[in-house]
Amino acid sequence: MTAYLQIDHVDKSFKRGSTTSEVLKDITLTIARGEFVSIIGHSGCGKSTLLNIVAGLLPVTSGAVLLEGKEVNEPGPDRAVVFQNHSLLPWLTVYDNVRMGVDKVFSRTKSRAERDAWTLHNLDLVQMTHAKDKRPSEISGGMKQRVGIARALAMEPKVLLLDEPFGALDALTRAHLQDSVMSLQQKLGNTVLMITHDVDEAVLLSDRIVMMTNGPSARIGELLDVPLPRPRKRLEMATNATYLKCRQRVLEFLYERHHFVEAA
Amino acid sequence: MTMPALKAETTLPLPASVATVHNLTVRRAPAMERFLAEGTAMAGRLLPPVIVISGLLLLWELLCGHAGSSLPPPSQVISDTWELIVDPFYDRGGLDKGLFWHMSASLQRVGLGYAMAALAGVALGTLVGQSTWAMRGLDPIFQVLRTVPPLAWLPLSLAAFRQGHPAAIFVIFITAIWPIIINTAVGIRNIPQDYRNVAAVLRLNHLEFFWKIMVPSAAPYIFTGLRIGIGLSWLAIVAAEMLIGGVGIGFFIWDAWNSSHMSEIILALFYVGITGFILDRIVAGVAHLVTRGTSAS
Repeated sequence: MTAYLQIDHVDKSFKRGSTTSEVLKDITLTIARGEFVSIIGHSGCGKSTLLNIVAGLLPVTSGAVLLEGKEVNEPGPDRAVVFQNHSLLPWLTVYDNVRMGVDKVFSRTKSRAERDAWTLHNLDLVQMTHAKDKRPSEISGGMKQRVGIARALAMEPKVLLLDEPFGALDALTRAHLQDSVMSLQQKLGNTVLMITHDVDEAVLLSDRIVMMTNGPSARIGELLDVPLPRPRKRLEMATNATYLKCRQRVLEFLYERHHFVEAA
Repeated sequence: MTMPALKAETTLPLPASVATVHNLTVRRAPAMERFLAEGTAMAGRLLPPVIVISGLLLLWELLCGHAGSSLPPPSQVISDTWELIVDPFYDRGGLDKGLFWHMSASLQRVGLGYAMAALAGVALGTLVGQSTWAMRGLDPIFQVLRTVPPLAWLPLSLAAFRQGHPAAIFVIFITAIWPIIINTAVGIRNIPQDYRNVAAVLRLNHLEFFWKIMVPSAAPYIFTGLRIGIGLSWLAIVAAEMLIGGVGIGFFIWDAWNSSHMSEIILALFYVGITGFILDRIVAGVAHLVTRGTSAS
């Protein structure tokens, strides 16, 4: 397996006054090009911290993140993030939210007309062209997240980072959006790193699942390959033996060996 | 256990019949009825203020209508000042001008002082909101200076500028600037981390961040400050002009007091009130236009 994104012996600790709390301990993970990797763990285990480190929004305490062999330590559009709460700018229309990223990333390489077409193309990918002139407050939560995905995809990132992208959505919308993300990834071949706490979501979408132990000093507890052929159909999975076995493994890890302990 | 089920069955046909009756009335409702409904709604909004204002005017007329009253009743105010009301544009040289010229002189001072306060206030507020160091350094000064009453600045201002006109403008400036600074700083400090993250991922430079994230995000707060500021400016100008003299509505009131023209004072107060109200509405209108969609996320 050739390394595309490499998380190399990353430690992260936060200092508050004189106390230092270690959040992540010796995280090493290699992701291949085009791979869909999920990170799963109980809340508070530091999985979002890990994603923010990869995004460059947080500095590492030691270790490094390498993308195509080069160290990355500041945020950039090559690692576009889909935030949990969509983070669309409420004063811009759906189109302008996506266009802002397009303008910034392709200011030199694309003409104005090309940037307009590229924005519309990405809105079309997530089926949001019909609402392009609406403001975020005028569309539903699921639609906002679609626009968030379009904004990230439009930057043509090397790695797409999804930070619990479906966490704030209702179950039906979530399933619908998972299917969309799955087919988009299939079509575009993006490398994806997704944070989640939903076992079914992780198994359904991922090629590999990274299971994290509980913090403080969270480590990678286990890696699980999901050898299911694509395209995967949600309904068929319910009776698929491999799917059920993978699901069982993750559940065992989360609820037996690393049972969630409420922080005191 | 069977009772509720039975009840539910018996009530089932009812909504259907209600629905048909409703349908019929909807179909019969003509434009006339809608017109009437809108008319009643408007009357409901207009009647209360009309009744209350007429009541108060009547009470004033009754209280001050008798001979030897120290204040004139509304009927006398209008008859005394009729000349001023119908001809606000006369100019007999010197300070003997129509009310339009006085108001316009005051508005120019407020406009100038307020514009400078808005620019400096937003700039300083941004600095204080962005930099913790600047906040710690400047905040104590702001907190003390903002409690100084506007007129207390006037002697110092007169000493510094040696002229009434710029001194009055400075008083407006120093009065209006504090709420603008403080609200802008709060707005900048309250920019959600999410927006900062978006800006970081997009690698916006400082200028882009200022125009594309900071200004729109803080706009509702900035406009709250600007609205308080315009109100305070208008409060301060009347007092300042009473002291510095020259053309202006404040001086007009002071001059009327010195000549015992009570009716003119009352008319001027009415003009001051209406103008203050209009100024507030203008800033609120601009705020509404600019921040459209920002408040609801």
